[in-house]
Amino acid sequence: MIAIVDYGAGNLNSVKKAFDHLGAEVVVTNQPEALTAADKIVLPGVGHFSALQYLNSGGLREAVLQNISAGKPFLGICLGMQWLFEGSEECSEIAGAGIFPGKCRQFPPSVKSPHVGWNSLVVREGSRLLRGIAQDSFVYYTHSFHARVVAAMTGASEYGLRFVGAVEQGNIFGVQFHPEKSGDVGLSILKNFCEV
Amino acid sequence: MLTKRIIACLDMDDGRVVKGVRFRDPRDAGDPAECAAAHARNGADEIVLLDITATSGNRRTLLDAVRNTARSLFVPFTVGGGIRALDDAAAVFDAGADKIAINSAAVRDPALIGRIAGRFGSQAVVVAIDAKKIGGSFEVFVAGGRVSTGWDAIQWAGESVASGAGEILLTSMDRDGTQSGFDCELVRAVTEAVSIPVIASGGAGSARDFVEVFRDGGADAALAASIFHFGIENIAQLKHELHDSGVPVRWPC
Repeated sequence: MIAIVDYGAGNLNSVKKAFDHLGAEVVVTNQPEALTAADKIVLPGVGHFSALQYLNSGGLREAVLQNISAGKPFLGICLGMQWLFEGSEECSEIAGAGIFPGKCRQFPPSVKSPHVGWNSLVVREGSRLLRGIAQDSFVYYTHSFHARVVAAMTGASEYGLRFVGAVEQGNIFGVQFHPEKSGDVGLSILKNFCEV
Repeated sequence: MLTKRIIACLDMDDGRVVKGVRFRDPRDAGDPAECAAAHARNGADEIVLLDITATSGNRRTLLDAVRNTARSLFVPFTVGGGIRALDDAAAVFDAGADKIAINSAAVRDPALIGRIAGRFGSQAVVVAIDAKKIGGSFEVFVAGGRVSTGWDAIQWAGESVASGAGEILLTSMDRDGTQSGFDCELVRAVTEAVSIPVIASGGAGSARDFVEVFRDGGADAALAASIFHFGIENIAQLKHELHDSGVPVRWPC
């Protein structure tokens, strides 16, 4: 059972639908106990970093962190990936999990923001989440803030600069793009997560 | 590298995809879910479903179509037509849309853009602008192009961004349905005025038209309807031609 964390931010339908399509058992929940009962956790998210406030205040943050420490596979998507970092300049009052170093920042003024569309992904060999994904596969992004390159980066894209497309450390996975909207490539990535 | 998006638009009337030739004699082009899936398989980067009748009587038909289309579609999916309030938008998102497009309702109440963006994020709000050249400037029309507003399209584009729009869907009424090429002058004026992505629409007839609107118009995406139906222009073939002309596109998909 995969638990999709519902913290009141936007639209979780498309993530659930993609897992349904893969035949995975999923539950959308805002209950800390349901996260503990699940085999895997997905933290989706689109929109503003301040949306994570509910996650931080509802007892969900502790539940997610405890389950991550216990070794449960975790996938953060978009805002959910940014949450794995220390925070974001988009909303400095909201703390990230701080599992990866650095704060998410805006793109340089040389490019339009938000970054919207299909961009190519440079894949690092050995990634479990990106297993079987061809070099320079296209994935769909929509975001204004990005995480800067870190040692745990397993996928990178370029937009004014090189930024984190995917990050991975042990049981913790994050993607800035939307695998649920990235066609067959995205479905393969979600299938890999189902199988880790 | 960020690629230029090719967007397939489905015009829907009473639950069926239709395509008229210059707004007349609408021909049945099939079931929305099947059309959307076929376009996605063929390389469309995004699907837009527009309810062209959009009366309150057929809300249920629209929501059913959105639900059926979204179920097996794993590329971005935008829905427009008849979204007049936050609740309408919420119902469309709930049925499976990733973005909504608003046109007349945004002109009537520009704050609606911010209300929807506040709840679903700016990335989910596409402001559609129908523009027609009057004298030396471009004017905004609403109600399917029937009603003039007297507003300047470039200025309205800027204001909609300030209100929270995430993308602009810019249709040239002068070119729409003519297959005589996009209005690069209009597109260039808007892409230079706003910082968010601009989707060019109206006039697509050949691969050359797409090359021009990306290169000369500065468009981030280009949308077409009629040429993608009935196999007039194959999206896969179009992408090959764009690639050969040096336009970055998602290929293979």
